[in-house]
Formats: sequence, C-alpha cells, structure tokens
Amino acid sequence: MPSVAKKLARLVALLPSGRIIHQPAQLAVYESDGLTAFRATPVAIAIPETADEVVALVRFCHAESLPFVARGSGTSLSGGSLPIEGGIVIALNRLNRILRLDSAERLAVVEPGVINLQVTLAAAEHGLYYSPDPSSQSICTIGGNVAFNSGGAHCLKYGMTSNHVLGLKAVLATGEVVEFGGASREQVGPDWTGLFVGNEGLFGIALEITLQLLPRAECYHTVLAGYRSLESAGEAVSAVIASGLLPGAIEFMDALALEAAVAAVHADYPPGCAAVLIIELEGPREVVDADRRRLDKVLAAGDAVEVRVARDASERQAIWKGRKSAFSAVGRLSPDFIVQDGVVPRRRLGEALHLIGKWSRESGLRCANVFHAGDGNLHPLVLYDGRKPGQLEAAEKLAGRILRLCVELGGSITGEHGVGVEKLEYLADMFTGEEIACMKRIRSAFDPLGIANPGKKFSVGGAAALVHRGIHPLEKAGVISRE
Amino acid sequence: MSARLQPSTIEELAGAVRSAAQVLPVGAGTKPNLSADSAAVLISTASLTGIVDYSPSEFTFTARAGTPLRDIIAALAEQKQYLPFDPPLAAAGATLGGTVAAGLEGPGRLRFGGIRDFILGIRFVDGEGRLLRMGGKVVKNAAGFDLPKFFVGSLGRFGILAEITFKVFPTPDSTLTLEFAVSGDSAMAGLLGAAAKGRWELEALDASFSSGKAYARIGGPPDALEALAADLGRHWPSQTLPSLDAGRLWQTANDFGWAHPNGVLCKVPLTLARLPQFAALTRNAPGARDWISAAGNVGYLSLPEGAEVRGIDEQLRSLGCEALVFRGRGPLWLGFHADFRIHEAVKHALDPLKRFPSLR
Repeated sequence: MPSVAKKLARLVALLPSGRIIHQPAQLAVYESDGLTAFRATPVAIAIPETADEVVALVRFCHAESLPFVARGSGTSLSGGSLPIEGGIVIALNRLNRILRLDSAERLAVVEPGVINLQVTLAAAEHGLYYSPDPSSQSICTIGGNVAFNSGGAHCLKYGMTSNHVLGLKAVLATGEVVEFGGASREQVGPDWTGLFVGNEGLFGIALEITLQLLPRAECYHTVLAGYRSLESAGEAVSAVIASGLLPGAIEFMDALALEAAVAAVHADYPPGCAAVLIIELEGPREVVDADRRRLDKVLAAGDAVEVRVARDASERQAIWKGRKSAFSAVGRLSPDFIVQDGVVPRRRLGEALHLIGKWSRESGLRCANVFHAGDGNLHPLVLYDGRKPGQLEAAEKLAGRILRLCVELGGSITGEHGVGVEKLEYLADMFTGEEIACMKRIRSAFDPLGIANPGKKFSVGGAAALVHRGIHPLEKAGVISRE
Repeated sequence: MSARLQPSTIEELAGAVRSAAQVLPVGAGTKPNLSADSAAVLISTASLTGIVDYSPSEFTFTARAGTPLRDIIAALAEQKQYLPFDPPLAAAGATLGGTVAAGLEGPGRLRFGGIRDFILGIRFVDGEGRLLRMGGKVVKNAAGFDLPKFFVGSLGRFGILAEITFKVFPTPDSTLTLEFAVSGDSAMAGLLGAAAKGRWELEALDASFSSGKAYARIGGPPDALEALAADLGRHWPSQTLPSLDAGRLWQTANDFGWAHPNGVLCKVPLTLARLPQFAALTRNAPGARDWISAAGNVGYLSLPEGAEVRGIDEQLRSLGCEALVFRGRGPLWLGFHADFRIHEAVKHALDPLKRFPSLR
C-alpha cells in the first residue's frame, strides 16, 4: 500500500465514521476559497466537532509530517485557506459554540467556527457588540478572523481583530496546547495573543478565543455626501480629520461603484457624482449632537453637491446597504474581478486614485474604488474576463502595480486580507531579506516541520496553480463580498 | 553597578548589542526593577531621542525609543492630539521605549485600549545585533507577523527597541471628572462594571479600595459633558471635581504618587470577578495601598519599604493572578504563571545567544 494510502487509513481511524472525507467529488468543494483564481486538491477533509479532536488531528499531522490548513467558511480573499496539495483540510465549522457570554466582564469566549455576526447577535440583548465587521461578517468565522487579523469599516477608531482578542487557547503545529492572555483587558509579559493573531494559519489552530465586547453606541449620525470630483471628496476626508472629529467610519465610493450599487440594489445616491462619502458619528446622544454641528460646518465649507442625513434607522440602513452591496454589485458588471486591499497614508489617497485611474485606462481594464477612507485602506476592484486570453494576467499585473504603489507611498500591501498566496511575491517589497528571515525563524519556533499552512505568507516551492474559475458562487448570490 | 553603554545612533545601538555577552536596555529608569539584572551590561537609550516623523493628518508619529514621553505629549498637544492610553510616569521622565517594553498604561486606556491598540510598527535590534523593522507606519496593516504587539511587555528580554510608530487620536475638547464614594467591595465592583458598560463612553474609570472612592472621567464637547455628568449622578451619587483637583487626581494616578515611594509596586491584571479577592488581599497586607484602573481590569499594589512579598506571592498564585514588580526590591514576577515550550522557542528565534536575560 503506498504511504499516502496508509496515512489516510490511520487518519480515518481518528474520527468517527463519515467525518474524514476523501472522495474526489467531495474534495472538490474545498478546492478554493474566496480567492477563486487559485485551487488545489487536498488528500482529505477532517471535520472535528470538539477541541480535543482538533488537537488529536494536529498531533497526528505532526507525527506524520502531514501538512494541514484550518478552514472556517473559506471566505479568505488572499487564498489563506487554499488547500495544500498532499495535505489535509481541518474544517472547523462544527466548533461553533459560544462557550461563555459574560455581560458584566463584557466578553465572549467562542470556538473558532462561530460566525462573526453571531457574536454581535448574541451580545445584543446585553447592549454589547463585537466591533470588527468584515463585509463577509454574516458568514466568515472568528477563527479565520483571528488567523488573518480581519478588519472592517471601523478600524481607524476601534482597531482590527487583534485589538479585540483578549486571549486564546490554541494547539500549535508542534502539538503543544497553549493559553495566551485571558479575560482581563490588561496583561503582563510579552503579548503572545497579539503575536498569534494574524499568523495566517502558520502557527497552529485557535481552539477557544476570548473576545472583548463593546457597549453599543447610544446614537448614530450618518451622512451621505456627493462630490463632482475625486479630489473634492478627498479634500472633504482631510477636512473632517483635521476638524478634530473621530468618526466611526468614513467610506468612499467612486462613480463606477455608485453606478453598480444603483443598478443592483436601487441605492438612492445623488446622480452624477464622481464620488460619494459616507460619514458616521456615534456615541452618547449629547456628544453626537455636538459633533454633528461640527461636521455640518466642515461639510458646508467643502464642495459637496449634496449632503443627506439619515433621519432614522431605516434611512441609515439604506445608506449602508448600497455601500455594503457595492462589491457584489460591481462584480455583476464583469465576469471576474480581483480586489486588492493595500493601504496608503491618508494624505496620498488622491495621488493613489489618480494613478490607479491612469493605469486602468492604459491597461484597458476597468477599475472601481470602494474603500475605507478613514484609514487609507484602498479596495481597487480590477474587472476582467478570464475567458479572454491574457486578461487574467493583465489584471494581476495591474493589481500588483497598485500594491507596489502602496508600498512606495509609505503604506502596506495589505490592510486586512493578509498575504496568503495572493501577495507572496510582494512581501519582499515591504520587508528586507533579514526581516523575512526573522519572521521565518519565528514561524519555525511555532512549526519546526513547516506543516501548518505552508505556502502562505512565505513562498515554498511548488506554488498553487493559477487558473480561471469565475466568481465565487456565494458572491454571485450576493451572500459574501470582497472588501 | 552594571557597566553602561550609551549609543547615540541606531547603528551604534546594534554595535552595542554585539559588543557584550549579556546586555539589557534601560530608558530613564523610572521602573527600576525591570533593569535590575546586575550581570548584564546596560544599554541606555538616553541618546536615542527625537521624533523622526509626525503627520498629524495621518494620526501617526514615529519616535526613537529613548524619547521622553513628555516631549511626545507636548508635540502632540500642539496639534490637539494625544496618546489616549495616558502613558504613565511621563512627569518622572519615562521614555517611549521603556513604556512599551514595560507594557504599562494609564487610566485613559479604558476608552480606546492600551499600548497594544496604538502601536503600529517598530525597529529593533535582535539578539544577534540585526536591525529589523516590523509592522508598518500606517494605521491599518496586516502584513507580516505582529511583532510590535509582542514587544509590548517584553521587558527588553527579546530585543532592544530603536524606533516606534504609534497611532494617535484627536484630544477631546474638554474633560470632566466625577468622584463616587462607594462602601463595600462588591458595590465597588458593581459600579465599575455598570458604569463601564453604560451609554456614557467613559474615558477612564479608576478606584481605590483603601479610600472607598471611584473616579470617572468623560471627554468631549463641554456642553455635552455637563449633561452626561448629571445623568451619571442620577445613577450613582457623585460630585464633580473642580478641574484643578481633577488634574491633580489623574496626575497622581499617572505618577503612582499614591504609592509608597520605595516599596514594592506591582501591576496585577484583574477581572471584575477577582476584584473582591484583590481588595481582601490588599486589606490583609500591613500598610498595603491599592489603585484600580481600567474599570477593574488592572490593580496596582504598593507595599511599604522592606515588606515581605512572599505572602502576596502565594495569595496571588492561589487566585490565579500574575503580577509584575516594576519598582522596589523584589522578584520581577509574583503569583501564578503557566510556562509553555513555545516561550523558549520564540526566545531562541530572536535571541539564540541569550544576550538578553531570560524573562523569568
């Protein structure tokens, strides 16, 4: 019997019947994640139901030198949960229990397969919520959020996933089970929790995650402002920041994104605008009342053609609906698209948008922009048709050019999606060889055999095949979106 | 007294690390127990000062590790910005690097988080004398491993910080401080939990079991604060402190002015559930004083000079609490600690020759 078959036989014995699947037709479901241009076929999928089973699986992989990738809902946009050829996928969706929800301490302890939005829904009755809100929050899991340090629209004010993880229990790639941090918002000694979050699956698998919950803001003030040019919208962002206000969100949509949102969900946005901003203030009633007067003045001093204020919760929802659907809406304009999430210093947003527009025209590929302006996190969508020869390569080239621009302008290649397989060749634009070597030594400390999600973040030989796949089925259905 | 080196450039800092078998960084020495290892050559960051880059419109600055906090606070204040976590011991001369390495934060950490929530990037020298940059210079970044966070609280035992980039926020127009008189430990825990969870979005919520007082600070537009204070007063009997008294109060908290000047002073991460036990522990230790910060998430415990720490050590262990002793003569750590093999493996990855002392 060949060694792979022997390994598989031993693996099947680890879990009850039916929870190790390895028939080719079943494996096909797991070949890709949110980065649909890549695929790989694993040896098997393991479906544990308890933390102990996950530990047993990881220890098995360690003993057998068998590569593994943990997977939640498979929404990674950087190919973070792409299977490893010859390895297994550990699917964590059944570890979906909220183990503790402590209203007094304002925290939740959850298993990795819990859906992001479920945490906020469970916390709502206590007047609390979980802040990180990636646009896939109705489907993505906390385990994946932890692995990739996911963001969302509120990061300038409230931070990313790592800022809300107080502690975690994890099984490392060595099989060691560790506990980092805890229930307190304070700690002593090095921040092991902070180091673990964003490891992209290269350290091990989080089994229990302690999340801080925030009191829900009493009051929101949501404004939509339309502009005739990208520049005047950019200037408005700068003016809001310079005024001393700290909005919960400042979102930016350009003409192509607006057009798509209007067509797809009949979003009621001011016509003829080159850009629209959504600005949201939040806090105690008395503070928001005072802040909105300041915001009114700032916007009145700018070039807005129209400023609309949401008068109630349903108008607020309508404004956000267009924004949140923008990605899938743009997706409908084109058979395929690539989305990048590079970051630029806020003052260079105008420059970046100008160059992206110029390069888009030069390459003959349309490019829409929908992004978090408050933190400079761009999300250019490069539209292409993978059935036309050379278009995927041209789109990749344009996307890569944009990433390098972000680094040149003093920013980052990724604000919230992670490096995954998608940005492997760009990490070296941000870090020197010595710095990457240091990261690799740390990786080896957690995973000396290199079995935990190899080929992500750092290249190892035998890259996954880049193939044309079309849009993710869930994305087509408007369930998930890439931002 | 240990030998001391004082490099004046970052390149010299790397050379200093390579020059000796055992080294340990020291800033202004405001947390003396953290650099009390007498076997190591001390590398002072006193000459590695200055703000390298400050972009108010980006909400970010980068400064060298030896820069005194007060210089940074002053430069930010000119642009009406601040580090919301109130870095402690600024008046005593504490440096930015020492603050990060110690992992100490002040009362303001309640509202938007602590050092870990505002640090964006670092340049540091590892145990082999390499100068490395990790993290980024923009407010959002997910590239690479988050070593900047790991260095928070690392006590200079994995590398020496050379330069640090932080996020900052606009300073609120005004602040207002309320004082609550609270009788009973569980009533205190109840107030801290409920006030932090309420609609008021408090900047700070500190307390002291010894005095039976709690203090809340709110920040924002002046007219909004009056209304918020009145509403808080309806929930818990309170008085608004005159601004001079409020200033003095937060200064005392920031400087640990309430603590015994020469005794053991330690930081104990807590939860609301453990507060009553912490209160009892304080009460039973002769002469002990306490300060609770961040709505009960941390307690500081001060013992008179010469007081025995063994009893405290045992009680903290039985509570499952860990403490860091940053001032006074004593061990670095008290209480409970779980060791994992990964701790040593990461130490080896950053400092294979063990140039820096081990953490424990």
